[in-house]
Amino acid sequence: MTVTTKGGGRQAASFLHRHPKLRLAGLLSAPVLWLVVAYLGALAVLLISAFWSVNTFTGDLVKVFTVENFRTLFTEQVYRNVALRSVGVAAAVTAICVVLAVPMAFFMAKVASPKYRHWLVIAILTPLWASYLVKAYAWRVLLANGGPVDWLLGGPGNGPGYGLFAVILVLSYLWLPYMILPIYAGLERLPDSMLEASADLGARAGRTFRAIVLPILVPSIFAGSIFTFSLSLGDFITVQIVGGKTQLIGNVVYANIGAANNLPFAAALATVPVAIMVVYLIAVRRSGALEEL
Amino acid sequence: MRYSGRVLTAALAAGILVLAGCGGGDSGGSTGSGPGGISVPKIDKLASLGSGEGEVNIISWAGYVEDGSTDKSVDWVSDFEKETGCKVNNKVAATSDEMVTLMKTGEYDVVSASGDASLRLIYGGDVAPVNTDLVPNYKDVFDGLKNKQWNSVDGVAYGIPHGRGANLLMYRTDVVKPAPTSWGAVFDPSSPYKGKITAYDSPIYIADAALYLMKTKPELGIKNPYALDDTQFKAATDLLTEQNKMIGEYWSDYTKEVQAFKAGNSVLGTTWQIITNLAQADKAPVEAILPSEGATGWSDTWMISSKAKHPNCGYLWMNHIISPKANAAVAEWFGEAPSNKLACEQTSDKNFCKTFHADDEAYFSNVWYWTTPIAQCLDGRKDVTCKDYSAWTQAWTTIKG
Amino acid sequence: MTLSPWARWGLRAFMFLGLVFIYVPLLLVLVNSFNGDRTFAWPPHDFTTRWWSAAWNNSGARDALWTSIKAGLGATAIALILGTMVSFAVQRFKFFGRDTLSLLIILPIALPGIVTGIALDSAWRSVIEPLGLGKGLFSVIVGHATFCVVVVYNNVLARLRRTGTSLEDASADLGASPGQTFRYVTFPLIRSALLAGGLLAFALSFDEIIVTTFTAGPGITTLPIWIFNNLFRPNQAPVVNVVAAILIVLSVIPVWFAQRLAGPETTGSRT
Repeated sequence: MTVTTKGGGRQAASFLHRHPKLRLAGLLSAPVLWLVVAYLGALAVLLISAFWSVNTFTGDLVKVFTVENFRTLFTEQVYRNVALRSVGVAAAVTAICVVLAVPMAFFMAKVASPKYRHWLVIAILTPLWASYLVKAYAWRVLLANGGPVDWLLGGPGNGPGYGLFAVILVLSYLWLPYMILPIYAGLERLPDSMLEASADLGARAGRTFRAIVLPILVPSIFAGSIFTFSLSLGDFITVQIVGGKTQLIGNVVYANIGAANNLPFAAALATVPVAIMVVYLIAVRRSGALEEL
Repeated sequence: MRYSGRVLTAALAAGILVLAGCGGGDSGGSTGSGPGGISVPKIDKLASLGSGEGEVNIISWAGYVEDGSTDKSVDWVSDFEKETGCKVNNKVAATSDEMVTLMKTGEYDVVSASGDASLRLIYGGDVAPVNTDLVPNYKDVFDGLKNKQWNSVDGVAYGIPHGRGANLLMYRTDVVKPAPTSWGAVFDPSSPYKGKITAYDSPIYIADAALYLMKTKPELGIKNPYALDDTQFKAATDLLTEQNKMIGEYWSDYTKEVQAFKAGNSVLGTTWQIITNLAQADKAPVEAILPSEGATGWSDTWMISSKAKHPNCGYLWMNHIISPKANAAVAEWFGEAPSNKLACEQTSDKNFCKTFHADDEAYFSNVWYWTTPIAQCLDGRKDVTCKDYSAWTQAWTTIKG
Repeated sequence: MTLSPWARWGLRAFMFLGLVFIYVPLLLVLVNSFNGDRTFAWPPHDFTTRWWSAAWNNSGARDALWTSIKAGLGATAIALILGTMVSFAVQRFKFFGRDTLSLLIILPIALPGIVTGIALDSAWRSVIEPLGLGKGLFSVIVGHATFCVVVVYNNVLARLRRTGTSLEDASADLGASPGQTFRYVTFPLIRSALLAGGLLAFALSFDEIIVTTFTAGPGITTLPIWIFNNLFRPNQAPVVNVVAAILIVLSVIPVWFAQRLAGPETTGSRT
């Protein structure tokens, strides 16, 4: 866009052409302002407010430095339990999504005929447009006492009901397309000729998979896992709908911001998922996953 | 490109100010007056009514402000807009606490606050006293709702009562036998309904446990379920921690509650009258009672922001929403007892006020309306400090585990 | 890969079951939109079309849909501009902090929505509002654009990597101005990537609720917010089901359209 300045006239354009640094500055200025200054700025303010406190009755911010929020966070058993439970749920959801998505994406990219491929992609994309809330509520009905799942398993009370398991199941359902699509895109780029060459050279399917498919698969899986992991880690609405009496870190953050109006403590709590995700991103960056999103 | 240029200027300005803001972090904060010595900020009430400002920003419970966009026949906003020229911008809040947060932004003029929000708003200086002389319909409000602990301070009215209801005990008649008469049913550690008991998902539910203890453990000396000292508070939270093992789910929205009772995921637990009515309308075998201990409940109050940009429209709205016709329409749509005596004649269901006990002061005398717990004990004790709402919130997280 | 017929059938069956898993809840939404019971009791006991007529007369839902479309288009436009700029910078230049930038751009979508939401909310209130710009539709667009940039960026970047600069160099050698090169060479090359990225950005914005909750000003009701407000009220919940059913059906149009335009080689639309 800026690099070519459509209406800017030839002179300006050629000036820019001779000065790549200016072109670079032009390209980067707006996005960097947006992301670094506005977004990171906002996050920084949030982090700072984690060291403030709140007048417990009137709810006004008291902008005096204190580490009290973090002390509560680390000493109260309940927050540790909630954090661990949330990470466990996010990991379980990611694992389930991988297990379901890899064969499906492989079928779409390498087995289905190109004619059907389009329709399969459309079939995976379409549910993304149905409201998240409506889908979660549909699962509430599916899992209800005497509902379709119970009925399938032989009668009222036989199904899993509401609770931690339901949360994992529903979150896996909601985020599955976000795992399938990057894996599919990765596999689709893998030329069929390479697979054939491998077979021609005498490699069995298993060997071909390990040597050729897996290196493509791993970054794609990591890319998908960024979605499934982070979306699960921050969710609080699905938990309210099918979680029974479960609470995850999103619920506790939400309870403190929305309910208790305790922004500082909510901010302190929010640093937990932020830290987890930043560590996770840095860890998977090496695999090239970030380019597969 | 022109558009994005504007965006960027805004973003740039934002960034610089964010950074600038970091330096001066302690400016403009509160004076840090502890809950021990709180006093009400001095804010003048509106002296006389001027002409409308053309719009009014409202925070309300879902169903309190209906302009026909949900259902053509459910509309008490359009007439108001036509008569007064005040355009209504409504924001639905899901919880009392969200209402407090939103009112603090200063973007809104009026709010339908429950008693667990109203005191916080008053002491926070977020709402102004109401000049009831400027609200002609105020004279028809039930006396049992005027100048109460949750809508006034030292005899000064801070709001216009809207309606009220009790948190009842609902049960499945086909499962729960014999029919419960006491809250003991939901606190019984050896209940046969383990895993099918439900409770309201909010820190304010601690008051339900306190109410039960008030009647069953007199030695704790609880006089008001919203005024709990350390020992009393611990007894209440212990009871709830014990109860957590029996709970199937906590509810906060009423589609969820109706559906859970209908399917049988929940068979016993707290409810609102409207939820019971809806469940019965869908042919669920449920019944709701006011247990022998009494109950907690809510009473909503329309309050006006101390920073209101449209105070005249705000007053006009407060008068309109408790006018007999509008008050009756809201009460029927939302499912609560109206606050205006004359509203009972305007309801489409002639038994409505009876079903909801609107004029039954004896019924409501057993109801402890939601009130924000503060450090100064609301029951008048001076020798101890009570647990405040933030302590209640943290305890609620711990109870849920 | 030479798979045994058994493996092919296994994969086919797995795909089928996967699609069943994905579509059964959606089917239930459709069925329940005709369910006479207000809270979707199972099995449905009577058939009714009154929810459909109620939805038809519900102007709140239509207004919310329109708000969502405006927010989605605004956010997508910003994301397209910013995302394209960054991807050109990252692909065509080497500069200090390039790796950090590519990590940073992912952050808004990788951090849980509630964190992004409360961060933007408190920043907006403490910084922008004093300047006289309260929260409204614009703050929703800003919030959405922040996490939509990454999907455009990734799509365009991948395309640029694959195409290289040789065509553009040739165009310049043949005497085309930079403007002409962009219009006739570069833009056609990245068009389908822009489309795929833009569509995904729009979809992300369209179904976003958590960030929206925290960034929407008074009176701004996007469709997910409308759904959130109405789903929890038994008289309204079935109407929500109808709206969702309509959305599912309508969503086939943009998805199909994009597939056609983007052509077979970008079918993946590279999430």
